[in-house]
Amino acid sequence: MLKSLKLRFILVLIFLVISVIFCLPNVFEPQGTLKKYLPSDKIHLGLDLKGGMHLLLELDTVKLMQNMIDRKFGALKDAMIRDGVRFLALDRHDGTLSVSVRPEQKDKLYNLIGKEFPDLKAGGSKAEGDTLRLSFILPDKEIIGIKENAVRQALETIRNRIDQFGVTEPVIVQQGENQILVQLPGVKDPQRALELIGKTAQLEFKLVDEDNITRFQGGSVPEGSEVLTMRSRNRETGIYTTTPMLLKRQAMLTGELLTDAKVKIGGEFNNEPYVAIEFDGEGARIFDKITAENVGKRLAIILDNTVYSAPVIKERISGGKASITGGFSMEEAKDLAIVLRAGALPAPVKVIQNITIGPTLGQDSIRKGVQAALLGAILVIFFMIYYYRFSGVIADIALFLNLLYLLGAFTALKATMTLPGIAGIILTMGMGVDSNVLIFERIREELRLGKTVRAAVDAGFAKAWVTIFDSHITTLITTFILFTFGTGPIKGFAVTLSIGVVINLFTAVFGSKAIFDWVIMKLKPRSLSI
Amino acid sequence: MKFVEIVKKTNIDFIGLRNKAFILSLVLVVLGCIGFVMVSLGKANLSVDFTGGTQLQVKFSEKVSIGELRGALTESGLSDVQIQEISGTNEFLIKTKMVDTEKEKVQDIIGKDIAANLKDKKFEIIGSNMVGSTVGRALKKDAIIALVIALVCIIIYIAWRFTFIFGIAATIATFHDVLTMLGIFYIFNMEMNILFITALLTIAGYSLTDTVVVFDRIRENMAKMKAKSDLATVINFSINEVLSRTLITSLTTAVTIGAILFLGGEVLFDFAFALFIGVLVGTYSSVFIASPLVFIWRRQIR
Repeated sequence: MLKSLKLRFILVLIFLVISVIFCLPNVFEPQGTLKKYLPSDKIHLGLDLKGGMHLLLELDTVKLMQNMIDRKFGALKDAMIRDGVRFLALDRHDGTLSVSVRPEQKDKLYNLIGKEFPDLKAGGSKAEGDTLRLSFILPDKEIIGIKENAVRQALETIRNRIDQFGVTEPVIVQQGENQILVQLPGVKDPQRALELIGKTAQLEFKLVDEDNITRFQGGSVPEGSEVLTMRSRNRETGIYTTTPMLLKRQAMLTGELLTDAKVKIGGEFNNEPYVAIEFDGEGARIFDKITAENVGKRLAIILDNTVYSAPVIKERISGGKASITGGFSMEEAKDLAIVLRAGALPAPVKVIQNITIGPTLGQDSIRKGVQAALLGAILVIFFMIYYYRFSGVIADIALFLNLLYLLGAFTALKATMTLPGIAGIILTMGMGVDSNVLIFERIREELRLGKTVRAAVDAGFAKAWVTIFDSHITTLITTFILFTFGTGPIKGFAVTLSIGVVINLFTAVFGSKAIFDWVIMKLKPRSLSI
Repeated sequence: MKFVEIVKKTNIDFIGLRNKAFILSLVLVVLGCIGFVMVSLGKANLSVDFTGGTQLQVKFSEKVSIGELRGALTESGLSDVQIQEISGTNEFLIKTKMVDTEKEKVQDIIGKDIAANLKDKKFEIIGSNMVGSTVGRALKKDAIIALVIALVCIIIYIAWRFTFIFGIAATIATFHDVLTMLGIFYIFNMEMNILFITALLTIAGYSLTDTVVVFDRIRENMAKMKAKSDLATVINFSINEVLSRTLITSLTTAVTIGAILFLGGEVLFDFAFALFIGVLVGTYSSVFIASPLVFIWRRQIR
């Protein structure tokens, strides 16, 4: 009896110490050497309680439509070559594609367009000598659809990035036609968050145009090539330099076919982080083909029109694995991996508003709410003591332990506290009171039957345990499912409640019982104040 | 030994009262069903979280507290607005369900209200934008899927620990409570926001716990009193036995929530109100709905 009692107290105490340590940063900032050994994270407060970063982003729809037409241009060109539609000229201009063909090719071209490009509408034809100039446009309805889709896709991508960045309970909504409103609670490094969210993250692989290097040095850029800047870091000084580089315009492979991106350390340059990427089946096949056909040439890896590296292809690479190096810091590499995994934005975004906002609930409401909740808690504490006398004090101690454990667990798990979370805490506290009431009422019943104090306490706990167990497990089942399928605030609520339920089971039965046993053993009372 | 007691040993015939309780509950549940249909049709008072609306940015020339601004808008009957301070400035973001119509612009309406109630403050509306709903369709769908699966799992658990009938009865009682809250909010045209959803979930948890406690005692007494008494006596006896516990638990929870209800300010009022109603209904349903349901079913099976 004594031994197990000691063990139980030690267990309660160990959890208490751990909780207090984790709770500490919420009330005071450790100084000096202590700082190294103590955790420093405070409880994260959600947008409703603390406010946070408020960003308004605008999707560049002009660029979006340009990209769209560019893509159609490339696809139409490939399709015409493949199907043997002989064309004399093909160009794009302000959302219009025009093809010049001999009249006898006309039907063949219309057939091809009708079959493979149903979203393109014929926009008229013009005879120029013995050739026909046919134009095709994207109808307004199609353009609206593309824009809507793009905003939705951007929303999803940004949500993914924020998720992976580790910010919980953000607000991400569409505003107006092509704007996205993002609100993030408790971001420590706003600049980094901004870069992560705003990066287009268009990954491309292009061949370096080495055949025309002399012409390029002479100042002219040949047809089918383009000039991008390459960013490189001096490994000794850490300074970034940029140099222009001539590349084939056509991208051999893009980030769309990527399946995974991870940060790794090591490789060529010791202890330097780089991003290892992996392609899906099709991407792997294309990559294999590119590397097989271009051994000895340089393949540039480009992110948002900046060349990060341009290694020489030494041999054919199968398996669809590649790596992006570029003198990254650990943080840069991590963020790059996140944006690559989350996918590219359909077009660049512009930040139109970047402000810090106060809590959604309003500071005034929070203050009132806290005061009211404290008053409620005090009333309950006094009621328990009034109603159950000395045992009420034990119940209050158990409740206090409960709250401390809960806050400790909350801080340690880096969960975000929101009002729904607090509702979860109130429910847990209610269940905590309930557990004690159940136990005490049982003990009273046993005492009324004329049992001794020890027998009554033991029987009371044993019988109440069955009830408490059943009621807690049903709640736990609910929270588990809410956590798995719920999103946002529902998830936050489920997290608090499930932590609370487990802790409650422990304190109500373990904590209070230990105190009761100790009192009975030490004082050997003839009657119980309950 | 003497104890402080709010209820002495009682002997109330709960099973005998079942028909009256069922009539009352039928009314509540029908109300709730109407509320649910209206919510599904989008005709209930859903908050800007669900509907989207307009977001205004207002700039004051001097310091104005968020409470003053909220007071000014409430005075004009605009209680369902979300106000956020922009830190370090005298600017606010105001989110409302209203959208610009051909007749009137939202910024004109809000502007008029602020001017009328904050007469001595100069202000300017510097931005007005349409905003989408923060609670996407996905969240609504997810919540419903989660609830259905949770209920099925609970029926299975209770069926395993007790019997199938107990599981069904507990679930019906929980549904009863959630629907009642929905119905009351609908009738009073109170705003349903994310916090209301949380309140519904909280009460579902509370009600279930309460019901399981009562059931637990019925199970125990059924085993003890098997041959000697009929089912109605056993159930009545069990409810009376746990009555003091039921009342004390509800009382303490209601006191905490009541404090927030009366002193927590207007933003938290609706939330606390939902919880308060929920605790009352949750307690009522475990005694007057869940237990009699078990009685009726059991009797028919025999």
